[in-house]
Amino acid sequence: SRELFVLTYGALVAQLCKDYEKDEDVNTCLDRMGYGIGVRLIEDFLARSAVKKCRSYSETADTIAQVAFKMYLGVTPSVSCSSAAGNEFSLILDKNPLVDFVEELPAERASLCYCNLLCGVIRGALEMVHLAAEVTFLQDKLKGDAVTEIGIVFLKNTEDKKHKRN
Amino acid sequence: MADEALFLLLHSEMVAGLYRAAEQGDGENGRCISKLENMGFRVGQGLIERFTKDTARFKDELDIMKFICKDFWTTVFKKQIDNLRTNHQGIYVLQDNKFRLLTQMSAGKQYLEHAPKYLAFTCGLIRGGLSNLGIKSIVTAEVSTMPACK
Repeated sequence: SRELFVLTYGALVAQLCKDYEKDEDVNTCLDRMGYGIGVRLIEDFLARSAVKKCRSYSETADTIAQVAFKMYLGVTPSVSCSSAAGNEFSLILDKNPLVDFVEELPAERASLCYCNLLCGVIRGALEMVHLAAEVTFLQDKLKGDAVTEIGIVFLKNTEDKKHKRN
Repeated sequence: MADEALFLLLHSEMVAGLYRAAEQGDGENGRCISKLENMGFRVGQGLIERFTKDTARFKDELDIMKFICKDFWTTVFKKQIDNLRTNHQGIYVLQDNKFRLLTQMSAGKQYLEHAPKYLAFTCGLIRGGLSNLGIKSIVTAEVSTMPACK
């Protein structure tokens, strides 16, 4: 019953739009909620999927796209690396189940990131496995772009800081 | 199933998020519950439309209530309602002894005062579903011992 999730998400976004006038506030709220979900979802994910520890950022990005997205949303985004340093990746979604019932954004909500929850979820989940990252939407089909693209930038590993302290 | 975990987490984040916002803003408890209920209402309306597209017309109110207890509840919470009682005069009591949204919270009387928040969305869900089937209703919930609820 993914529909239940998608419909509930829609009702949530609608309610947030009523509560907050500014799009940025709604986006922040969605991101924060997503973060709260992500930090708990990672446990569920690791229990269900039993993936081994990822050895590189690229493996991590692949796991997110091919295992996690598939498990929870039923779609597999394609992954591409967008920096020479190997710490920036893009997940490209042709089909985004969260917007199944949404035709278009209303005119007064043009800068709403409808799926911002996803960014928060990824960020929260990564943090729980000690990977700090910035996750944002680079392209959004709802805003007229060709595809929906989520960008993940892996920041300096928090584990490095731990080693330095020792 | 993985979907269920996602929905449960989203639901508890929603409850937490709304209350967080209320604390910073006007601090009105009652409004949070009605916001949650209204969200449930919208979702219930949408869900029932999708479920009953292909099913036959319902014979009467009792039939509708049975549908809610069996098919609807199973699709949403992966189990059926444990007990349905009625006084045949328009009042129905649905009892779920292991309500999915409460099982993670506690198995007894602990946190009882927080239970209503988690039931508001589901009450709205039922009310929305019934309203799209043509029945106006008032849905309330009662929890005496978790994770059972009526």
